Amino acid sequence: MLRRIAIAAAVAAVALGGSAYAANEGRPPKDVHFSFQSPLGSYDMAAVQRGFQVYAQVCSTCHSMEHLSYRNLGEPGGPFAEYSVRNHQTGEMENRVGLPAGEHGEYVDVVNNPYVRAIAAGFQVPDIDQTTGEVTQRPARPSDHFRNPFANEYAARAANNGALPPDLSVITLARAGGAAYVFSILTGYTGEMRGTQYVNDYFPGRLISMPPPLASDGLVTYSDGTTATRDQMARDVAQYLQWAADPHMEARKTMGVQVIIFLLVLSALLYLAYKAVWRGQSH
Amino acid sequence: MAEATAGGAHETLETTRRDFIFIAAGAVGAVGTAATIWPFIDQMNPAADTRAMSTTEVNLSQIPVGQEIKAIWQGKPVFVRHRTPAEISQALRDDYAQLKDPQMDEDRTKQSNGSPGKAEWLILQANCTHLGCVPLPSFDPGYRGHYGGWFCPCHGSDYDTSGRIRQGPAPKNLYVAPYVYLNDTSIRIG
Amino acid sequence: MSGSSTYEPKSGFTRWLDKRLPIIRLTHDSFVAFPTPRNINYWWTFGAMLSLCLGVQIVTGIVLAMHYQPNIHDAFASVQRIQRDVPFGWLIQNLHAVGASMFFLAVYVHMFRGIYYGSYKAPREVLWILGCLIYVLMVATAFLGYTLPWGQMSFWGATVITNILGAIPFVGESIQVWIRGGGAIDQPTLNRFFSLHYLLPFVIAGVVVLHVWALHEAGQNNPTGVEPKTKDDTVPFTPYATMKDLFATSLFLILFATFVFFMPQALGHSDNFIPANPVQTPSEIVPEWYLLPFYAILRAFDFNIGPIDSKTAGVFAMFASIGVLFILPWLDTSRVRSMRYRPAARWWFMIFVAVALALGWCGGQNPSTVLAQPGSFRATLNWIANGQTSQQRIQVASPAAFQAASDAAEAQLRAQGATMTSVVRESGTTALALGVSRGSPETRVITAATSDDLEAEITAAKAQIGGSSPFVAIKREAPFQFTVTRFAQLLTAYYFFFFIVLLPLLGLREKPNRVPDTIAKSVLGQTQGAS
Repeated sequence: MLRRIAIAAAVAAVALGGSAYAANEGRPPKDVHFSFQSPLGSYDMAAVQRGFQVYAQVCSTCHSMEHLSYRNLGEPGGPFAEYSVRNHQTGEMENRVGLPAGEHGEYVDVVNNPYVRAIAAGFQVPDIDQTTGEVTQRPARPSDHFRNPFANEYAARAANNGALPPDLSVITLARAGGAAYVFSILTGYTGEMRGTQYVNDYFPGRLISMPPPLASDGLVTYSDGTTATRDQMARDVAQYLQWAADPHMEARKTMGVQVIIFLLVLSALLYLAYKAVWRGQSH
Repeated sequence: MAEATAGGAHETLETTRRDFIFIAAGAVGAVGTAATIWPFIDQMNPAADTRAMSTTEVNLSQIPVGQEIKAIWQGKPVFVRHRTPAEISQALRDDYAQLKDPQMDEDRTKQSNGSPGKAEWLILQANCTHLGCVPLPSFDPGYRGHYGGWFCPCHGSDYDTSGRIRQGPAPKNLYVAPYVYLNDTSIRIG
Repeated sequence: MSGSSTYEPKSGFTRWLDKRLPIIRLTHDSFVAFPTPRNINYWWTFGAMLSLCLGVQIVTGIVLAMHYQPNIHDAFASVQRIQRDVPFGWLIQNLHAVGASMFFLAVYVHMFRGIYYGSYKAPREVLWILGCLIYVLMVATAFLGYTLPWGQMSFWGATVITNILGAIPFVGESIQVWIRGGGAIDQPTLNRFFSLHYLLPFVIAGVVVLHVWALHEAGQNNPTGVEPKTKDDTVPFTPYATMKDLFATSLFLILFATFVFFMPQALGHSDNFIPANPVQTPSEIVPEWYLLPFYAILRAFDFNIGPIDSKTAGVFAMFASIGVLFILPWLDTSRVRSMRYRPAARWWFMIFVAVALALGWCGGQNPSTVLAQPGSFRATLNWIANGQTSQQRIQVASPAAFQAASDAAEAQLRAQGATMTSVVRESGTTALALGVSRGSPETRVITAATSDDLEAEITAAKAQIGGSSPFVAIKREAPFQFTVTRFAQLLTAYYFFFFIVLLPLLGLREKPNRVPDTIAKSVLGQTQGAS
């Protein structure tokens, strides 16, 4: 029997010899550091804001983010969340985006958030005209889902040489390398082409249908004045996509710290209680 | 004798320490359990997408005088009533009648930003303040009210042309829906 | 409970209730006064953790079902909505997903403990079998639950596992269609998987009640494997065991919370964040970590065994690897219960644990990954330098006649004096037969570490030989490669060897150490002087 297995094993080894599995995978992602990667790290909200700008001006022409709504941008933990904070010079309460470190502020409901309203209004989304029943376009409201660039999968493929641009809602969770993978793809083009495809060493199979999206520096003019180098834009959009995939990360980590401290205290007390109960009992 | 006393004191101290540990562990455990329960209760509250449900826009030019439509706002019906001059004058006359929930007709057409509305247009949440049925308007065949506004078929609450409760079990007037005029012929509810 | 109850109702109400529904008495006898061996160690605290896990899964699961939509178009989005919009939805979903892993982690420790200390031996066979049944139900529930998020792994995992059922002789295909409610995993499948995923945990809870009942009938085993004989051997379950369980469970919760709050996705697979796509299979399909050992056993059978094909054999082995646990009480022939006193068995057990872990590792690897390769790839090139080439056209009416014609052509060329012949096929019915005569026969042997390198070197050599010879005969030899599959085959062999051969034989042949007469004796003997 054992001999038979050995023979079978040898035969199979010949058959399987030299499988080209490895060539199919892209290179491991670049070693890039993001502030959210450490166990207690949080998002760099300025980068998330800039990343949204890159998404809105570049990525969103082909990629949907169907699980996000414009309101998400202004919800607690979002890049445009507004807080009512006291201005220490004037003593007045005023609304501002983001909570400055160490400050207390009342979260302003996203329904009243002018930034989110303005961002949403900048996109046209389809709707049904209730008097005619026809499909029309109207400016988006905060409660609308992100505009889908294509009506359906076929339209998306038709516009992209048959390739389907993936939805980006959870892209950093759906790719093994996460945000670093996104960054590597965006900065990993070699400049060569094979037919209609582009060589990108970080992409599985090394040939990607997406033309280099961040082809030149300054493609986006950042509203905060940051110089939009290709590297900067790739970093920012990767950070934004990570936020989009995991918007409650900061709340999660904060609660995690509290829970673990609590459990450590509880464990210590339970250990003492356990010892006290068993005191005098040999075991 | 002295030894025995010392031992007794030691014993008492030991018991106190043990009790303290048990009480502390029990208390911390109870706090933890209570804190754990909250997320499981809160999850049944409206989710963020539900809370951010969009506003509703209504085009008024399509509604003839004396008619109403039911717009849907946040999943609930809203009466948008185009009142006749007779209905308006009756509502104004009744401002000083014996009312269960006194309110001026002028206040009932006010926009949510505080500025006055238009007397022809009454925008009301369409659920009876008794138990939430949708009352029937005066032009409905099933209408059996006496005040020319709405009549609730469930338990007979009778509302006037301003949507104020006049008779029946409902405790409050029909609630005014929050709305603003976007222009002369359209409003936004919410 | 057999034996007399020590419960005495104190107040009027409890006396009244005790006559009508002795539920407090039952609880008291089962979880307070229940005599517990005084020497049980921390390995015995996993039962409490498992109860907690079942509770967490049921509570979080009921909550998730309030928000989840078992619809192929909405399922993925509804999970996203739970994560994003439902108040604390992210927490509850993380608890449920991580909870499944924690449940399995605890159950594996619980099972290994049972094997090590012989907790399956008389009079606890039924207790053990009920435990195995719970485990099987857990696997089924976990599999069904993994389908629900409707990601790529959900879809293809369900496809692969339902295909496994197709391996059952005669009725397999019908069962497969019946389970799926159609030819493929689709809406009907998702709907019924959701329903069953909701149902099974309550079935588990029912079997857990039986499991605990059986436990309380036979009494708990203990590290010595000696049954309690006197009152000195036991302590009341509460507070002694309860406090220990609470403390251990609290530590377990720290691990649980670490995953839930700091790496909720670490135990999952990134492909499950891609919505299910029935026309594209992910590059590698792996189950959740807790099923990897069985997955490795399934894949280890890449060869047919006589009339049994490799698929059937793998499926059979996978089911047998769990099935063998059910008959474990009758496979172990040892009279000594605890391996603490079985020095030989203890070593084999340690190897078994390592093998089980290694199988899990194999299940997560690409099966053809080469772990060790003692030799190298070889190719022997034969050609004739500076010979004279003759050729002959082959043209046949149908491809079926080709072989005969080509053999004839080669024979003819050889008859004309060619020392080497070759047939270059041009189409189904045409070819060119080449023969070389005279010249000098040459041979070259090429070796390389990988087949790719070998092919590159062959190409280079052919270019070098070039025009001096019209063709080169190449004989390739692949070395023996110790792949993940080979490794898994060895491990699988040990897995079954341990249960089917070792345990029965060891019990008859081994020389156990001296077993203490009572638990109290062993405790006093070991912890003398300590408090």
